[in-house]
Amino acid sequence: MSDNLVEVRDLSFAYADRLVLQGVNLAARRGQVVAIMGNSGCGKTTLMRLIGGQLKPTQGQVRVDGESVGELKLRDLYRLRRRMGMLFQFGALFTDMTVYENVAFQLREHTDLPEEMVRDLVLMKLNAVGLRGAQDLMPAELSGGMARRVALARAIALDPMLIMYDEPFAGLDPISLGITGDLIRRLTDTLGLTSLVVTHDVQESLKIVDYVYFISEGVVVAQGTPKEIRASDLSYVHQFVHGEEDGPVPFHYPAPAYAEELGLRHA
Amino acid sequence: MLDGIAAILRRMGARTINSIWRLGLATRFFFLTLMYSGPSFRRFHLVIKEIFSSGVLSLVIILVSGLFVGMVLGLQGYETLQTYGAEESLGVLVSLSLVRELGPVVAALLFASRAGSAITAEIGLMKATEQISALEMMAVDPIARVVAPRFWGAVISMPLLAALFSAMGIFGGYLVGVVLIGVDEGAFWSQMQAAVDFQEDILNGVIKSVVFGGVVTVIALYEGYDAPPTAEGVSRATTRTVVTSSLAVLAWDFVLTSFMFRGV
Repeated sequence: MSDNLVEVRDLSFAYADRLVLQGVNLAARRGQVVAIMGNSGCGKTTLMRLIGGQLKPTQGQVRVDGESVGELKLRDLYRLRRRMGMLFQFGALFTDMTVYENVAFQLREHTDLPEEMVRDLVLMKLNAVGLRGAQDLMPAELSGGMARRVALARAIALDPMLIMYDEPFAGLDPISLGITGDLIRRLTDTLGLTSLVVTHDVQESLKIVDYVYFISEGVVVAQGTPKEIRASDLSYVHQFVHGEEDGPVPFHYPAPAYAEELGLRHA
Repeated sequence: MLDGIAAILRRMGARTINSIWRLGLATRFFFLTLMYSGPSFRRFHLVIKEIFSSGVLSLVIILVSGLFVGMVLGLQGYETLQTYGAEESLGVLVSLSLVRELGPVVAALLFASRAGSAITAEIGLMKATEQISALEMMAVDPIARVVAPRFWGAVISMPLLAALFSAMGIFGGYLVGVVLIGVDEGAFWSQMQAAVDFQEDILNGVIKSVVFGGVVTVIALYEGYDAPPTAEGVSRATTRTVVTSSLAVLAWDFVLTSFMFRGV
């Protein structure tokens, strides 16, 4: 058994003729929290969809637990996905079900457990995210942070080996931010799973992750432990970590000269 | 000038190709739905839930419309029939027009605007809020879990709704014709009983409404599933569902009628 649960090799992906990822290599070791960082639109979410098998690589390979995700048949892909959890950016809870039903969903779909056991498991998962008391609420009654915690409880319902988080920190208040980061670390350690966090929140994620990959324009530009990243003198990483407005990533979207567009100077 | 004509031709060509593509994709979607229908029947409570939301919740509009359509038929029918001294055939006129045509067709049109639009909007929003993606990532096939139960729920509800529509219509015709105007009650019912054939009229009406239910729902489900995950995309898809499925119902009605009532 390989040490790496997720291995991405020379991965390229294009939507129609727009190249999103080119030659990406990365790996997530079992039991680690690995972050994939980069500015918005750099291909992070695409990368996650490739790992989950929702997209197929144009070139290269994605291996999860030794299986090449892009080459699996639908049936085998579904078998593999039962051991993966995914936390969507806004939770993606089923809005017509209560919190309890949401967490019980996969248990009911994939197992024939008796109702009492489903109940015990659901309450355990909800307790792990601190929302046992919210079991009868509907998703519309939850705050953004709570919805994400419920989604997390749902993602761990079948005790997966891998959880992928899509922007888990986006749009949270400072308290929820701390709670979420803490939960990701704690669940990874206590449940012995592997976590892949796609985020652009540097400060929060550097606190909890074991290893970081930086992606810019579809290429891995830097990688290392949080300590190495903080000390990095690569200009892109420096701009990102310290949140500087201008640097290798320009503030302005490509545009014709300002004066020219305002008609102040004729070309 | 020539460029303008070429541009128009190109646009027309692109639209035609696009429509044919969508027709093909919708047909493929329909067969996928049939293929993944197994779980809907193994876990029938999923279908029952959909019968409630598309069938039971459409009851009010169907019953009220049926009553009024029948009352209008009673009035108009009486006016015309009495010219020929045949006002006692009012029961036949009301019941045949409802059972053969108006019941299935009008109920399907109402169903398209009440339940079809709701299905499109619901699925479109499920897609926009990544619920469909979440299902896939949880190894649950969205066609089997979300699409197929809705399809069967509607196909089962539609003939029941059409039957209720017709029954209410006949009651409306009775109210206006017999109670209000004073057509002979015995003639009203006995002529109806003699003229309406079970196979020819009732069964054909049921077949029509099953087909209409299927057509409306496949269009509604496909539009929702195919909608761009934005507010504008979902709203457009909902409009398209109502327009396309209404037209499809009328077109299918012509096709089915021409097969069913040849030379009658």
